[in-house]
Amino acid sequence: MVDKLIWNPKAESMLPKERELLQLERLQHIVKYAYENVPYYKKSFDAAKVKPSDIKSLKDITKLPYTSKDDLRSAYPFGMFAVPHEEILEIHTSSGTTGRPVVVGYTASDIELWGEVMARALSMAGTTKADWVQNAYGYGLFTGGLGVHYGARKIGANIIPISAGNTKRQLEIMRDFGTTVLTCTPSYTLYLAEVAAEEGIDLKKCKLKAGVFGAEMWTETMRDEIEKRLHLTALNIYGLTEIIGPGVAQECIEKTGLHLQEDHFYPEIITPDTLLPVAEGHKGELVLTTLTREGTPMIRFRTKDITGLRHGVCKCGRSTVKMDRITGRSDDMMKIRGVIVFPSQIEKALLEIPGIEPHYKIIITRPNQLDELEVHVETSKKLFSDEVRHIEEIKNNIESHIERAIGIRIKVTLVEPKSIQRSEGKAKRVFDMRNLK
Amino acid sequence: MTQVKQVSIFLENKKGRLLDALKALAKAKINIRALSVADTADYGILRMIVSDVPRSKAALEASGFTVKETEVIAIGVNDQPGGLAKILEVLNNAGLNVEYVYAFAEKHENDAIVVLRTENIELGIKTLTNAKVKILEAKKVYSI
Repeated sequence: MVDKLIWNPKAESMLPKERELLQLERLQHIVKYAYENVPYYKKSFDAAKVKPSDIKSLKDITKLPYTSKDDLRSAYPFGMFAVPHEEILEIHTSSGTTGRPVVVGYTASDIELWGEVMARALSMAGTTKADWVQNAYGYGLFTGGLGVHYGARKIGANIIPISAGNTKRQLEIMRDFGTTVLTCTPSYTLYLAEVAAEEGIDLKKCKLKAGVFGAEMWTETMRDEIEKRLHLTALNIYGLTEIIGPGVAQECIEKTGLHLQEDHFYPEIITPDTLLPVAEGHKGELVLTTLTREGTPMIRFRTKDITGLRHGVCKCGRSTVKMDRITGRSDDMMKIRGVIVFPSQIEKALLEIPGIEPHYKIIITRPNQLDELEVHVETSKKLFSDEVRHIEEIKNNIESHIERAIGIRIKVTLVEPKSIQRSEGKAKRVFDMRNLK
Repeated sequence: MTQVKQVSIFLENKKGRLLDALKALAKAKINIRALSVADTADYGILRMIVSDVPRSKAALEASGFTVKETEVIAIGVNDQPGGLAKILEVLNNAGLNVEYVYAFAEKHENDAIVVLRTENIELGIKTLTNAKVKILEAKKVYSI
């Protein structure tokens, strides 16, 4: 059972009017602060002919230029820092798999803020002083490990800082220490369950009650699968290095969206092509502005994450805006024969079919000037038959099911069980072999 | 027991997978009595009659294969031209489809041994029994 807890009722259940005033005050301050302390912002505001004093209402934020990941990369390593190095306590970087890494810096007050928002997040999963938090996010330059660590420390929970990997040991500790809250990527939980079965560790007998899972996209069907296999309440967390790391938003036990900590991070949703704002509840790209960060303030950072926002008071008592589960990225959006496809759509369709393991691989090729999408799916006892005819039927069913979900025909290839690489961090599922450069 | 248990596994179209499966069985000291491979462009299905079904299954699963047990019929066929055709005709007349068929390497009391899988296996056995086709007992088949 996960208890209903609110870490900071004053901030999380504030009246919307009151919060807007606080946001405006903070926005005006951060814009001025960024303009005066980060040459990049001075240059970009000047180029857009906008001054900090032009921000008179929250709506005026749209006058400010966007900041993209490329802008941050060109500032490598410390071009986005607003304080002298003496003031920085810690740095983190984004993974840098697609170019130069982005470097962000945290002052003492930033670390405090991070602990605060992570304490709010972990409290949504019912974490208290009495809990054992097994933190299987990687500790290091990646923000996952330390972010969760600071939040759990603020709550006063028992932290098991095991970091990522070493799956057998994770399971032994989970069983022997009586872990109650697990934090890691959703794909890793399924790997844990698989290894638990192999090692004869009964997860039902473990004391897990909740899991705070994020750092990669996942789906409702995957949540069902995780809850069934690990016997816990699986909740979604959102965050990104550029803003602070995990803790930007977190799902409460209502599981109807992620509460975004909008007193510290101001959200907007835009259409990626036109850069215009979208209406409440509609999907678009999330843009975030840090209202209180000192080390590396971010003004209108384009996250590339696709989601929608919903205002209103939640059943849990919080009034913070709720963000939908991320359904794609404006940059990992695949265009197959001109049709926009998100990997999450394929995952969702796949997991609706009984007997399908939640491990898959998407391969895009262009053999004859035409895109082809191939999905590798692992066979399981339920999917395997000794007759070619049946296997072909099963493949056809999967293909049609995915086709109904995404609108284009794909090819399904069945592969042997456990032959798709398991990941201990973010799972790489899409392999684009088209060479479109 | 007139139904014989066949062990089948899914083979990905990858170099050495058939060998991996056979090695796993060799290591478990399993003797393969008969086998056939159905192959498609993407994958294959290896079907076998083995000396010990539970141990074969365990050995193959331990090596990461998806294993399935299926009931099949083993029949003794007069080893002369037209022997098998006569039997298949019986099934054909009864309107029963044969999903697949393969033969043992060894003979049994001068008969050739053929493994077949029909749709509706009970009806298949009944039809063959009525037509006085020699159906071999499972126990005998595993130890041929």
